[in-house]
Amino acid sequence: MEIASKMMSEVPAPVMPNQSERAGSVKVSIRNLNFYYGENHALKNINIDYLDRKTTAMIGPSGCGKSTLLRILNRMYDLYPGQRAEGEVMLGGQNLIAPDVDLNRLRSRVGMVFQKPTPFPKSIYENVVFGVRLHEKLSKAEMDERVEWALTRAALWNEVKDRLNTSAIGLSGGQQQRLCIARSIAVRPEVLLLDEPTSALDPISTLKIEELVDELKKDFTIVIVTHNMQQAGRCADQVAFFYLGELVEVGSSSQIFTAPRERRTQEYITGRFG
Amino acid sequence: MAEDTKHIVTSFEVDLQKLRDMIAVMGGLVERAVADATKALVNHDAETAARVVAMDPQIDAEERAVDQFAVKLLALRQPVADDLRQVVAALKVITDLERIGDYAANVAKRSMVLNKMASPYSLSGIGQMAGLVQQNLKTVIDAVGEADPQKAISVWRADQAVDDLYNTIFRELITYMMEDPRSITGCTHLLFIAKNLERIGDHATNIAELTYYAVTGETLPDFRPKGDQTSAYVHIDSASQE
Repeated sequence: MEIASKMMSEVPAPVMPNQSERAGSVKVSIRNLNFYYGENHALKNINIDYLDRKTTAMIGPSGCGKSTLLRILNRMYDLYPGQRAEGEVMLGGQNLIAPDVDLNRLRSRVGMVFQKPTPFPKSIYENVVFGVRLHEKLSKAEMDERVEWALTRAALWNEVKDRLNTSAIGLSGGQQQRLCIARSIAVRPEVLLLDEPTSALDPISTLKIEELVDELKKDFTIVIVTHNMQQAGRCADQVAFFYLGELVEVGSSSQIFTAPRERRTQEYITGRFG
Repeated sequence: MAEDTKHIVTSFEVDLQKLRDMIAVMGGLVERAVADATKALVNHDAETAARVVAMDPQIDAEERAVDQFAVKLLALRQPVADDLRQVVAALKVITDLERIGDYAANVAKRSMVLNKMASPYSLSGIGQMAGLVQQNLKTVIDAVGEADPQKAISVWRADQAVDDLYNTIFRELITYMMEDPRSITGCTHLLFIAKNLERIGDHATNIAELTYYAVTGETLPDFRPKGDQTSAYVHIDSASQE
């Protein structure tokens, strides 16, 4: 394949939409957010900022609302009747939960990777370009470059560059997950959502994903939901603890894991309940 | 500290309790070493002094045991928040306790030397200083065992009285030495003993600071009330000035 012969350094990185902003400034600002599954008030008056090119980990026991919040950020809840969100989720001056938001456009700005790897039953190449084709018209050469860029950023290029046209289903679990990350970043989102991305992976694949998160945050604002406390501590710049639909505490990962302010945070992260 | 809420994993709870118990045992040994060293000095009791010296390897062994256990807890339990602070503080507290044990042994050794000399000076000042140091040590070991930040603060504040007594003893011994050069050997041993006691007081305040941090997650201010001024002491001989 033509792109396989190119040196990685020759691949120009697509201009990231958020590069002009200052790392650490507020990227997504959530204010007075409430969410309902029918009558069930699942998220209660949430206020939190996700910082540009920083990683935020959301932790809390099952059912606390962290995955719900993640699904609000790219409007996954729109797929289900009876679910509704109120409040503000501001990204670049736009309220993401406003009814007039173009969902296709939104999902190209806010990418998502799920707990279990979800490769399409297509070739590796087709998996990566799938989303790009929905949003951009690129020439073959440009598309090849985008594939190489995305797979390189997802730390998968060297492992798959010689078999881009083989089925993605043949990849290992860890490789499949990195492919899903490549597929998400190929559309150059501003925010990358990771919903327990390593819970189905072995320890080495998990470390590769964590290393990848560290690399990706140079370009993307990352929000990760995890049940692994150590992972939250290792990966995140800030950690948010949720309990029963409330945001109990948000702080730097070192503050949360050495001296949390709230008793409920302390009891959860030290394994006293949950 | 969430003392009333137990960990879901009972064996972790058991391990943390074991760590506290091990420190209590080591603290008890050190407390006894300091008390016996003082007794040996004041009562000219060589037998007790020898017992204190013999206790030191036992204190060192306790330190190694706690150290190994705390490292195992870090490796296997990966504690966070108050649990992490407790284990990290334990690792530091045992270093302070071990040093206190060394100072107690040194006091005992010097008391055996002093027993062989004529003693023209009163030991009441050093006895009083040792009493204060023992009280602070006892309180701080209780503070560790009971995870009590208020007791820790009281020790942190009380060290100034120890320093004040040390200053007095320092000047008193210098006066003895100037009056009678034959007393220099004995007084020097007493100076070292007083300094050892003063250092024990400092280590007790270290333990107080660690305990306060472990329990509350906050650090005490950098400034601690201190009174040891002996490092700035200068004697100007009026005769030589004329």
